Amino acid sequence: MSIAAILISTIFVNNYVLARFLGICPFLGVSNKMETATGMGVAVTFVVTLSSIITYFIQKGILDVMGLGYLQTIVFILVIAALVQFVELVIKKISPTLYNALGVYLPLITTNCVVLGVTILNIQEGYNLIQTIFNAIGSSVGFTLALVLISGIREKFEVLDIPEALKGFPIALITAGLMSIAFLGFNGLV
Amino acid sequence: MKLSKVFKDGLINDNPIFVQLIGMCSTLAVTTNLVNSFAMGLAVLVVLIGSNFVISLLRNVIPDKIRIPAFVVVIATFVTIVEMFMKAYAQPIYQALGIFLPLIVVNCIILARAEAFAFKNGIIPSIVDGLGMGLGYTFALVVLGAIREIFGAGTLLGKSLFGAGYQPAGIFVMPPGAFILLGVLIGIFNVVRNKKTSSRI
Repeated sequence: MSIAAILISTIFVNNYVLARFLGICPFLGVSNKMETATGMGVAVTFVVTLSSIITYFIQKGILDVMGLGYLQTIVFILVIAALVQFVELVIKKISPTLYNALGVYLPLITTNCVVLGVTILNIQEGYNLIQTIFNAIGSSVGFTLALVLISGIREKFEVLDIPEALKGFPIALITAGLMSIAFLGFNGLV
Repeated sequence: MKLSKVFKDGLINDNPIFVQLIGMCSTLAVTTNLVNSFAMGLAVLVVLIGSNFVISLLRNVIPDKIRIPAFVVVIATFVTIVEMFMKAYAQPIYQALGIFLPLIVVNCIILARAEAFAFKNGIIPSIVDGLGMGLGYTFALVVLGAIREIFGAGTLLGKSLFGAGYQPAGIFVMPPGAFILLGVLIGIFNVVRNKKTSSRI
């Protein structure tokens, strides 16, 4: 698959949040304000890209060579957890401003299924290194796009008259459903 | 704390899907039909009981500072066991669940129970808590899966329900249907729960 096709596919057609259901927890959890949504999106993009590259080398260089494929899940999640911790430390040291902006979201990323999902899918789809990198970038940009879009809509909910039982998560889910219908319109682009 | 209360909390009062609203990814993704929903529920149930048991067993050994990585390793081990078991004995379901089977590792329900319950309680209550939460999760998945299969494909457990004349509402098995249906179901659950609590007063 060409790089352009991978990018368009992961951002619009097979958007990880709206079509593949990965990363729903942060999608619903931190989408109340557009500012926090953008911060989360940037942090996720960073971690997904980095962990995709590292897990690619671990899979090809260690797990495949030694025939330890069954340890994939355990090894990958440990790598991601360690990486998130490491990224947090590095950002804290290098750029305190960025750390203050992203700080709270970084630990949450470990349990964001986008990260583990993308790293495992990269291996399953048999991507090479370049395709892996662009798949990681595309999927996290798609995640950010969905997050920012729904946070823009949810900011308006504060002034709307919503039925008591639907307040909060239910209405957010229904909104996500409508967004997902809109994204179906991209089908056939690739 | 009474065991029956722990169990009932997991199943209804603190139902992970309808009340706590965690573990949404797999809930939305695998509930396209009843069989997949049930299999996923069962897989999570096994992992949840196993990880709750081991973590409560080790709760005095695991240092506080590195508890999260320790939890994750325990959970990932059980997920790998379930994954390999399904691969060997239930190949079609293993294929259907796909990526969401290894993703049980990052299902917030399991980590949340480890952190909030198993790390603080004894072995028996932890197993009961795992059982209750797992069944609560399975219950929510089965409800969602049954509705989506009936309306989206016109079948239940693969058997046709309405005869050949029925036009399935395809939107139910597509991603948008999952979002909207779950939103509406949580809304209904809220209404029922609010009525119950207000009538008690």
